[in-house]
Amino acid sequence: MSVQLDPVAADPTSTATLTAVAVRSKRGRRVQFGILRNRKAMVGIVVLAIFILLAIIGPWIAPYNPDTVTPEGLQPPSPAHWLGTTATGQDILSQLLVGTRGVMLVGLTAGIVATLISVIVGVVSGFIGGIGDEILSLVSNVFLVIPALPLIIIITGLLPGAGGLTVAFVIAITGWAWGARVMRAQTLSLRKRDFVEAARANGEPLWRIVFFEIMPNLTAIIASGFIGTVIFAILSEVTLAFIGVTSISDWNWGTVLFWAQSSQALVQGAWWWFVPAGLCIAAVGTSLTLINFGIDEFVNPRLRSTAANAGVLRRKKIRARIGFTPVYRGKDIR
Amino acid sequence: MKFLIRRVIFYVITAWAAVTLNFFIPRLLPGDPVQSLINKYQGRLSTDAIQSLYVLFGLDEKSSLWDDYVKYWTGLFKGDFGISFTYFPTPVSEVISQSLPWTLLLVGISTVLGFILGTLAGVGLGWRRGTWADGLLPVANFFSAIPYFWLGLIAISLFAVIIPIFPASGGYEGGLIPDFSADFIGSAIYHGILPALTIVISSIAGWILSMRNMMVTVSSEDYVTVAQAKGLSERKVMFGYAARNAVLPSISGFALSLGFIVGGTLVTEMVFSYPGIGFTLFQAISSKDYPLMQGIFLIITLSVLVANMVADFAYAVLDPRTRQEG
Repeated sequence: MSVQLDPVAADPTSTATLTAVAVRSKRGRRVQFGILRNRKAMVGIVVLAIFILLAIIGPWIAPYNPDTVTPEGLQPPSPAHWLGTTATGQDILSQLLVGTRGVMLVGLTAGIVATLISVIVGVVSGFIGGIGDEILSLVSNVFLVIPALPLIIIITGLLPGAGGLTVAFVIAITGWAWGARVMRAQTLSLRKRDFVEAARANGEPLWRIVFFEIMPNLTAIIASGFIGTVIFAILSEVTLAFIGVTSISDWNWGTVLFWAQSSQALVQGAWWWFVPAGLCIAAVGTSLTLINFGIDEFVNPRLRSTAANAGVLRRKKIRARIGFTPVYRGKDIR
Repeated sequence: MKFLIRRVIFYVITAWAAVTLNFFIPRLLPGDPVQSLINKYQGRLSTDAIQSLYVLFGLDEKSSLWDDYVKYWTGLFKGDFGISFTYFPTPVSEVISQSLPWTLLLVGISTVLGFILGTLAGVGLGWRRGTWADGLLPVANFFSAIPYFWLGLIAISLFAVIIPIFPASGGYEGGLIPDFSADFIGSAIYHGILPALTIVISSIAGWILSMRNMMVTVSSEDYVTVAQAKGLSERKVMFGYAARNAVLPSISGFALSLGFIVGGTLVTEMVFSYPGIGFTLFQAISSKDYPLMQGIFLIITLSVLVANMVADFAYAVLDPRTRQEG
């Protein structure tokens, strides 16, 4: 998933950073597609793409049926079972492959729904101001402060046999508030900008101002909010499955861990049962965070110029350690 | 002062919303959960318990929704959350008051410790950016993406099964009776080390990353440059000028992510069978003990609100602007 942004438009901060962007653009094409040139973001995108591919083809390439019980219980990894077997002889690799789809589906669905809610609430509340804004931000702050996971546990625990999509919606309903808060702040700062005032003075209709003037400038924030919510959703879903609140017959990585925990895999030293699932979660989580860092560094030039060019700076013998934004002493570029 | 009053009003409203949410959730559910519960417990529920269940789920035909709501609030003020099924006939409030201190100590200490250590490490990493220290970032990043409970599983398998130096579960030695004797406290600390370590390690990475990024952003501000130019010692610039301002978003972030962290730590308790709120919640879920689940949710929410309030006031002390603008 490539996020293409105009850095000048996407930048939330004022004139100080605009000059920084101007400096960057002297280096030419680097600014365009900057997100793709960011090594961190690229690694994240590749890893995520692999897992999305596995989510699509996983059930077809799984070597065994994940539910099939065989007499070969608790086998360590072997050529026949690459990740070993469970206590009842089920193939763990197949369970993980089949389970990837559930994890990804819930993560993405919850991410999309929560992002939609947060964009609507955030933009509306930032744009209308006044008492409506007060009420909407109060609601999102309340949702922000109420601990989400216990709430999700209570709701799904009360719903009998909650499956994937129900869980996704419950997660979305409890997880939109952070995005809405960020979106509102950004809309507030955009609302008074000259180009919005100009659009209003030109007589552009409200929907056009919102969709063509405001929204493009929120792209980076929407993207990073979406990714953050997906991480939250995946962690919540896996946690719910692990503690056995959701249906334990649907395979996902949390279900694998649930069975490992309830069958005493720890005490029996069956590391192959619970280590791979956790590594998968961590890999997906890391890849999403890396993409988010890419977006962050892209939007905040100070992070980019210092973090991305650390090696370049060292070669030029510029010591980045002291506070300043590193600048060339020789050429006058400011 | 105006700032504080606004915040207090906000917390009162949030507390009201949480209580009301707690009141309505069981009522919005499809079907007759009480009947299925009665069937499940087959004669082990007293008529009192069944009656209180019907009240909890709003299925009591005789009273209106408003009456139920008022009754619910008066019950809360008396500390009456109903009767637990799992520990029948112990009232929910008693079950909670037995497990709450465990959680407050374990989660409280380890969360604050994680925040302090992570923030300090973030200050150092942000200050020394562009050096070898940046190599630690991917590691921190990876750790921040690991679910708490999985790290708990790994910790148990490493330090309780493979190298058995710590107990794998429980909050104290089986034979001991909870009191303030040296034996008991020592045993409780010994049992708490592994869960606490898990919580610290899994929460620390997030603080390192956010603090490091804020340090990088703040340390290119002009006032840091000026402080540097004045010839102040590096230490002074680092902590007194850069870190002091960089820590502000971290503190408000701390307040806001408390709910999330607490959720994660509850699951850690479940993994370690630690006798706190999280493990009690786990038992409540597995036996469908709705009154206990609801009571626990309410207590967790209220504790998070109180912690939030403390973080807010700390923020007001550290950032004079909030006090002025109101």
